[in-house]
Amino acid sequence: MPEMNIGDFLVYLYDLLGWLLGVIGLHSSAVSLLQKLVAGFVLANFAMLTPIFTIWLERKVAARFQDRLGPNRVGPFGLFQSFADIVKLVIKEDITPVGADKVIFNIGPVLAVMSVVGIWAVIPFASTMVGTDINVGILYSVAVGAIGTLAIMMGGWASNNKYALLGAFRTVSQLVSYEVPMIVALLVPTLLAGSMRMNDIVAEQQVWFIVAAPLAMMVFLVSSIAEVGRAPFDLLEAESEIVAGFHVEYTGMKFGVWMLAEFVHAFTISALAAVVFLGGWRGPLVDQYPLLGAIYFLTKTYVVYMVLLWIRVTLPRVRIDHMNALNWKFLVPLSLAVLVVTALVGKAVPADVSAGGRALVLFLSNVALAVVSISLLAGFSRKLQAVEQVSIDSSGAGG
Amino acid sequence: MAHEWLFVGLFLIIGIGFPVIPLVLSRIVAPRKPHALKHQTYECGMETVGDTWVQFKAQYYIFSLVFVIFDVEIVFLFPWAVAYRQLPFFAVLEGVLFILILAGGLVYAWRKGALDWV
Amino acid sequence: MNATPIIFLVVAALTLVAAFLVVTVRNLIHAALWLVATLFGVAVIFVLLDAGFMATVQLVLYIGAIAILIVFAVMLTRRVMQDVGPQRNSNWWLGAIVAAVFFVAISSLLWRTGWPALPGGDVGDTVLALGRSLVNPDQYVIPFEVASVLLIIALIGSIAVALPGKQSE
Repeated sequence: MPEMNIGDFLVYLYDLLGWLLGVIGLHSSAVSLLQKLVAGFVLANFAMLTPIFTIWLERKVAARFQDRLGPNRVGPFGLFQSFADIVKLVIKEDITPVGADKVIFNIGPVLAVMSVVGIWAVIPFASTMVGTDINVGILYSVAVGAIGTLAIMMGGWASNNKYALLGAFRTVSQLVSYEVPMIVALLVPTLLAGSMRMNDIVAEQQVWFIVAAPLAMMVFLVSSIAEVGRAPFDLLEAESEIVAGFHVEYTGMKFGVWMLAEFVHAFTISALAAVVFLGGWRGPLVDQYPLLGAIYFLTKTYVVYMVLLWIRVTLPRVRIDHMNALNWKFLVPLSLAVLVVTALVGKAVPADVSAGGRALVLFLSNVALAVVSISLLAGFSRKLQAVEQVSIDSSGAGG
Repeated sequence: MAHEWLFVGLFLIIGIGFPVIPLVLSRIVAPRKPHALKHQTYECGMETVGDTWVQFKAQYYIFSLVFVIFDVEIVFLFPWAVAYRQLPFFAVLEGVLFILILAGGLVYAWRKGALDWV
Repeated sequence: MNATPIIFLVVAALTLVAAFLVVTVRNLIHAALWLVATLFGVAVIFVLLDAGFMATVQLVLYIGAIAILIVFAVMLTRRVMQDVGPQRNSNWWLGAIVAAVFFVAISSLLWRTGWPALPGGDVGDTVLALGRSLVNPDQYVIPFEVASVLLIIALIGSIAVALPGKQSE
């Protein structure tokens, strides 16, 4: 029987399960398969049931931001609102529009959920608690996320609706565009940690990477918000222009599954940011009690989630040409510059400098880069205003 | 190494199975009263004109082309980033050169106006 | 007990079926989606070969980028998704012969190549080794930089072809 360890309770349960299965006489490979299945099931449950809480949280917090009360009828503080919503979605009639491609129409939302939940396979909750620590973890999170793009394309195309197709086109072009700065931003922590394993990346953060790579984190957050497609980058479902985008024809629970994918995705990128830039499970006493790491990790994740929420309720929707310009003319060059500067400065610092000193030098180089890019932006903005002034002067208010 | 991936495979299968559960539940519980009008394409009450699959402008295609090029580039850079710590300075410079050549491509696309939304 | 050969056979069979459907399905979008299924099968085979990096690259590039590009290309160029014309033209036998010759040539080549055996035991981090060899002057640094030049040529070429000319507006 495995030794009881309260500081690492979930791993203890995992070992206990393996021991029990071994006792009843299963082959060792069957035992490990069953252990993995159970662990995967629990992990998937965690990832998919989290939105029940985060949706409530989001509605409540967004309401306070906008000087409203938010859900407050179902249960204390409206806590059971999400359950009521689920019941409502389940008992709604499911309508498949005429002329829709039924098979693809149904596969779309399921694939979307799979792609975001799949990322959780590599997210470390604690040094001992990680689904699987493959040596390409960070790239895998991008790769699985890419399937979600395809799912949206399938859903939008199969709906047989012009709005849905237009929404899908907007979505996909936005998602693929913002994938570029997002991956480049993820290259920076890879470079600093010297590994793509999630656990290695966390272990290397004696000083959190937000210090050594603040610009990379900013680029990652902005492009991730665009990847999720929430405000201010929600023009892919702009209600007032294209009704609701790619999921206009989805009803009942099928629509609910799209929503689930979106909310899991928002939570997932918060978790990724917490792992890659905020030190994941690192915190006091994690060496003795690895389970504490999970608490630190989730706390950091919720902090990032709150920042995303804050951005969401504060900023208005961007225009499609601005959305493209922001990506290709600002985030992509900036992320490449951050990568080059980090690579060069990181090598220029002598090897015997401590981790803190190295992080400080990288931080200062990031600040210098930020100053340069902000002054470039200011110059560009002045030029743009001058051009707009001329066009207003010459053509009257109509433009 | 393959056994590390076994979990990924299992997890993806679970990830497919999970969203199917509420869909099946909904199929059992939800009412079904089909009506010809109900199944019409929803366009804010207007009747649909013509085919859905209209042609879109080529702008979307150009962006995805540029994206593919950059995606390939970044994938090359990942092994370089992993090895970064053990590389001598000139080897890091080679990676930087690789990035700069591609940045030249970005400048070209910018100058040509391929990155403008028209 | 080793399940790898069984998994390989199942995945390879599914990949072949998907590949067959790519060329026989009449709906172009369906063909593109079957192509995605084929590419995913190839990614799984990479995993079975202990090439995890290649598998993720396969996902990122082929499914995340190139499949999207193909779907875009189909949607942007065709009004009709359902191809009603004949699936074969009068030269089909010529194509069949050429394909058969290629198949025989390639498979005999594969058969005769002496494949290096994997070193037993722990080979270390393959991604790390790949990264080091990519920038090692004695190994692949020239192909690495040439790849970057090739990519920029592809970018310039695609923009030149796909960008609508300014004079036409």
